Amino acid sequence: MNTRMSARMSTRMSTRAPRRSVRARRARSAVMITLTVVAALLATLPLIFILALLLTQGASSLNWAFFTAMPRPVGESGGGMANALAGTVMLITIASALGLPVGIGAGMYLAEHRGGRLASVVRFLSDVLNGLPSIVVGIFAWQFLVRPVHRFSALAGGIALAVMMIPLVTRTTEEMIRLVPDALREAALALGYPRWRTSLTVVLRTALPGIVTGALVAVARIAGETAPLLFTAFGNQFWSTSLTQPISALPLQIFSYAISPYDEWHALAWAGALVLLALVLVISLVAKFATRSRFGSAND
Amino acid sequence: MPSTSLHGASAGDRIYRFATTAFALSIPLLLVLLGVEVAVAAWPALKAFKFSFLTSSDWDAVNGVFGAAPAIYGTIVSSALALVIATPLAIGVAIFLSEFAPAWLRQPVAFFVDLLAAIPSVVYGLWGIFVLVPLLREHVMPFLADRLHLGNTPFFSGPAYGPSMLAAGLILAIMVLPYISSVTREVLMAVPRAQREAALALGATRWEMIRGAVLPYASSGIMGGVILGLGRALGETMAVTMVIGNRHEISASLFAPGYTMASLIANEFSEATNDMHLSALMGVGAVLLAITLVVNIIARWLVWRVQRQARA
Repeated sequence: MNTRMSARMSTRMSTRAPRRSVRARRARSAVMITLTVVAALLATLPLIFILALLLTQGASSLNWAFFTAMPRPVGESGGGMANALAGTVMLITIASALGLPVGIGAGMYLAEHRGGRLASVVRFLSDVLNGLPSIVVGIFAWQFLVRPVHRFSALAGGIALAVMMIPLVTRTTEEMIRLVPDALREAALALGYPRWRTSLTVVLRTALPGIVTGALVAVARIAGETAPLLFTAFGNQFWSTSLTQPISALPLQIFSYAISPYDEWHALAWAGALVLLALVLVISLVAKFATRSRFGSAND
Repeated sequence: MPSTSLHGASAGDRIYRFATTAFALSIPLLLVLLGVEVAVAAWPALKAFKFSFLTSSDWDAVNGVFGAAPAIYGTIVSSALALVIATPLAIGVAIFLSEFAPAWLRQPVAFFVDLLAAIPSVVYGLWGIFVLVPLLREHVMPFLADRLHLGNTPFFSGPAYGPSMLAAGLILAIMVLPYISSVTREVLMAVPRAQREAALALGATRWEMIRGAVLPYASSGIMGGVILGLGRALGETMAVTMVIGNRHEISASLFAPGYTMASLIANEFSEATNDMHLSALMGVGAVLLAITLVVNIIARWLVWRVQRQARA
């Protein structure tokens, strides 16, 4: 490995170095370093633009009614997204209730069977599942849950989001459990604890802050998902908390308002986007900082 | 612990093992179920149109003829465009962060770039509709076509509507950049210090060190990051649906509106009236699923190979 690298390196050095003066090489180096700085600037610009615009556009149409009022028909100004906010909370709850136990359980399995054949297959497939397009998860959930009963539902939307959540939670759980020192597990076993109690009350409890972080990151990611909800939760102009009825969600409402031709709706879409982004960022920041003190650089 | 026997697991252990194994097995089962459901739903359309489903540009819901070539073409072109724009930038950012950035700047810049990945797709789409598309229509497209005289080339010809392949490529570039740069950063950090010090000791400048000693070492990992970004770009739905213009036509011009597989499904699925139309959309989903599966497997394999190298 290293000999190959150094061989390659030396050919490069010997063919190039003599042809150029030290000055030219230094200048070239300086130019390339500057280019990487430019790349860093260019990469952070879109974020600054988007945040600035969301703040100016969103804040100007954000008011108390946005959180408490229902959507109004076209032409009537005002109105809010109370139902979409409630819908998002409900969908996240369903997804977490289904996705977290499965993800954490699978993560525990992976951590305890590090080298096992089934574990490596599951680990690989969970990465594959994580990389699947969210729209494909959406049509799968439609075909599996909506089509047979001929009805869009909050439950179908929550399940679609849970499918997106499971691989994320699985991998972070596995990583966090692996950070727990073996000595801790061995000490509990030596004291006569059965394996299951060791795993649940000693290992899992020690890894819990990290697992909570992972769960929050997963929630932050699914909170903004739209595509899996298009044909499952579907959206709803009215207040609904029923599991078996279509339900609105913040991203769905932003989407339908954004592509509408009405200015009042565009303003509401900006306000919705600001709220959604704030929600996602707050969850991510809580996840990032809440457990930093205990796990230190392990989260990076 | 009265229930613990010396010869074999206790009841609690058996239940625990059974439960975690069941949870672990649910992931492969879920994937198989997903594949089967989509394939079964897509089967009527794939059987009816065979290869013309992939090669024909006729997508006519009224007459029941479906060819997904424009959507497949649009998916590939918009993703390729995104990678062409995002890859150099992402690698530049990663090099800056891992090699040159002063310590106080490292964390904030990395955090900002990672934040790009946290912005929901639909928010990008909103920004695309009201900022990016007007900007392209009024400034960038006229500039490219008239000032730079690229209007005569097939790639920048035609009227500047705004919603276009170019808009989709640009917005995808912003969206995949954090994925590529975070993988690249990790891979660069995994390059041993000795590798850098050896290059510097031989008299290399800082750039020559990176070019000659760091990048070759990290290349297959970076490739993995790029392909992971490609996987994201291929399947990205909402933002693209909102800016690509949604038209069933293959055009060489980046100014022309187009379609991607994901945006086609998002747009037509809830309006699909007959079974064949639904099945055709499921067929598009199946093709997308197959393509992203292959791309993801390649990406994981590349990243895994680098990690194994680093451990060895």
